[in-house]
Amino acid sequence: MPYRKLADQVKAPTIEEVGLYINGIQVRADTSWTVLQAARAHGFEIPTLCYHPDLPSEGHCRLCVVEIGEPPRTRLVNACTYPVEADLKVQTHSEAVRHARGIVLELLLARAPKAEIIRQLAAQHGIHETRFHIEDPEELCILCGLCVRACREIVGVSAISMAFRTPEKQVATPFKEASEACIGCGTCAFICPTGVIPYTEKDGVRTIWGRNFELQPCSVCGNYIAPKAQLEYWASLTGDPVEIFFVCRDCR
Amino acid sequence: MPRFESIDHLNEYRRKLKATRDPNQPTVLVCSGPGCLPMGSEEVAQAFREALANKGLNGKVLLKTCGCQGLCALGVKVLIRPQEIAYQRVTPKDAGEIVETTLIEGGIVDRLVYHDPVSGEARVHKSDIPFYQSQVPIVLRKLDLIDPESLDDYLAVGGYRSLRKVFFSMTPEEVIDQVELSGLRGRGGAGFLTGRKWRLARQAEGYPKFIICNGDEGDPGAFMDRAVMEGDPHAVIEGMIIGAYAIGARQGYIYVRHEYPLAVKRLKLAIEQAREAGFLGNNILRAKFSFDIKISQGAGAFVCGEETALMASIEGFIGEPHPRPPYPAQAGLFGLPTVINNVETWANIPEIINMGAEWFTSQGTETSKGTKVFSLVGAVNHTGLVEVPMGTTLRQIIYQLGGGLRNNHPFKAVQTGGPSGGCIPAQFLDLPVDYDSLQQVGSIMGSGGMIVMDHTSCMVDVARYFIEFLYQESCGKCTPCREGLKQLRHLYEEITHGRGEMAHLTLMEDLCAAMATASICGLGQSAVNPVLSTLKYFREEYESHIRDKKCPALVCRPLLKYTIDPETCTGCLACVRECPVGAISGVKKEAQEIDQELCIKCGLCFEACQFDAVRRE
Repeated sequence: MPYRKLADQVKAPTIEEVGLYINGIQVRADTSWTVLQAARAHGFEIPTLCYHPDLPSEGHCRLCVVEIGEPPRTRLVNACTYPVEADLKVQTHSEAVRHARGIVLELLLARAPKAEIIRQLAAQHGIHETRFHIEDPEELCILCGLCVRACREIVGVSAISMAFRTPEKQVATPFKEASEACIGCGTCAFICPTGVIPYTEKDGVRTIWGRNFELQPCSVCGNYIAPKAQLEYWASLTGDPVEIFFVCRDCR
Repeated sequence: MPRFESIDHLNEYRRKLKATRDPNQPTVLVCSGPGCLPMGSEEVAQAFREALANKGLNGKVLLKTCGCQGLCALGVKVLIRPQEIAYQRVTPKDAGEIVETTLIEGGIVDRLVYHDPVSGEARVHKSDIPFYQSQVPIVLRKLDLIDPESLDDYLAVGGYRSLRKVFFSMTPEEVIDQVELSGLRGRGGAGFLTGRKWRLARQAEGYPKFIICNGDEGDPGAFMDRAVMEGDPHAVIEGMIIGAYAIGARQGYIYVRHEYPLAVKRLKLAIEQAREAGFLGNNILRAKFSFDIKISQGAGAFVCGEETALMASIEGFIGEPHPRPPYPAQAGLFGLPTVINNVETWANIPEIINMGAEWFTSQGTETSKGTKVFSLVGAVNHTGLVEVPMGTTLRQIIYQLGGGLRNNHPFKAVQTGGPSGGCIPAQFLDLPVDYDSLQQVGSIMGSGGMIVMDHTSCMVDVARYFIEFLYQESCGKCTPCREGLKQLRHLYEEITHGRGEMAHLTLMEDLCAAMATASICGLGQSAVNPVLSTLKYFREEYESHIRDKKCPALVCRPLLKYTIDPETCTGCLACVRECPVGAISGVKKEAQEIDQELCIKCGLCFEACQFDAVRRE
């Protein structure tokens, strides 16, 4: 599992290698790592849902909780955000962890019963049905926030964000109107673990988040490269004339 | 107001100010606290102004509007100094009589003084009223002494005195030592040691550092911080200056909720006054120390009272909490070391510096020092703001200060700590109120809300109400809190509609255990308290909702059944006229009948019946 990019918010004043205990086994890890990175580097399995190695972790899904400390003073923390400390005691599958993870999975199953990834994860934890009330059997979004973070951190346009609070929480463009900031790149749809962000491509037009984007054909082979708006955005970043990007990768 | 160039200058000004003020000057103090203001305290003050002018007493008698006087149930409250005569329920009409009888003739207006609810005895002076007798005001001390909009008033009662000590005889470390020695714990709810928090922030690397005052008081029924911000804004500012000096901050923020316009107005005014006088700005009192404060207004989200969400909100992002670590003391506002304390905590600081840590530790219990302000509301005779030493028992607060329950109803439970506190049953009435003992019985200190309930409250409904509130206010970032509250809300819906199953109770407990440990912030972690505490102490009420489909307190509407007793019904048709859905029918002067299919259980027939023929069960 890659641990090349550090979560932005984990600022370690000094970077040094320390020893910590995962499930009672001493391992070495860098203080700039998170517990999740340390665990995965040493082969300990911790399930994740909203974690992505290329994005800062925000701890939405709470599936990666681990128990830290020693009885009686222990608590559950996000493995994806908790920084490695010297002599930290971590339990990845204690009773409290398994209970919390089980409930989180049951809750997610009730929220998005059709989401394949949730069903798989739940099944891996021995959960095949939820005791909770299913409000919308068609719902797929699990509000993990990967799309929002990708749009902000990787694409850099922040066209979508989380809107409202619990009763109506959703991913949306500002005022739920077609967003001027969106470049139609589709990164959000690509990264979504449940495939809930709809987009269509037809006759050289991509439709996403309520906007139509004209797709640019390659000037050599004629295959569509990307939305013109996206290529213009690239050009604005590099300062090159936009035509430079009108040749697809294969023909370059 | 001059700009004070030195401590001597300030002391000289204060001396002159005091010399011009006669401690025996007759003064009328009209309460303009959160309770009295909506009851018309402005009109009362205006009536006094006119009455005093009519009698030619302008200049001889001072008229002031002041902060909360505490006994909010009996507002509008008027205090006459120096005799300390406390008048209750004063209306504009009474102003003339009070001026005539008390200020001119030196008598008492009997009908406006406090009467003991049990013995009926009159208690004229503030100190005779049991509500005030057990209180130890530290934070609320100045509220009925000063006009919150007057810096002179604040200086006259010793305001900004602590700065001399802090700037010219203490190092920042010594200030932190004092606060640490005092054992002051955060009054916002979590109870973290303030001194330790400051030390962490002082030691943290990063510049500039920030100070934040959390005035986003969102608990339903709580108004402690509001009373302090509106009644004694300079105390908060003075506390923040000391905190800034201690940790080395140059910029402070006061985060006030938008719903407190008066607090915003008075804080803004106080900040301007403090700047003008040189208590804020560059080189305060010519010391090598500069500090200023900005006001940041919340936009209505309860979750922004959580410190990391609050900082996100100041930064201009969505008010969602972040997982800790990093803690605010290490990486807070704009990623820099930040101390964030609640209004009441800041207001305690000047007193601790002035009087010393030892004095502060003389109040309170082993682990919780000092006093705590509570807003005592619900089914008690005297609702209002009280400040008592930590360790005062619930019984003392409810029966001595609160004057017992209204209509002598039996006590059922008290809910402490706002929406995410637990319900404490009668068996724990002698519990000393401090951070740790409240936690032991499944509740929290929270910010200091205290809601007293009698037998007319259904504990299932109470828990349902708080879950509904938290569901509306949860930010929805983490799964356990967002989905958990949604499911809890659904389960309560089922139970209060008679569709509950016994298995639901175990499911609730299972869910709560995970929410308490796996939620990101305090909102989700403590949201389970109302559920778990009522499940623990009032389980039989849940069981009768589920098993018998009955609400013992007759609160949950879907479980009620209205019938008309044919023996008692006179056929007067009073109920028929009230029924909004036409569910009652029958021949005039004969017994009526309610169509259960049509009945919406609104209870209007029950209230309309003069003969007690309508039965509710």
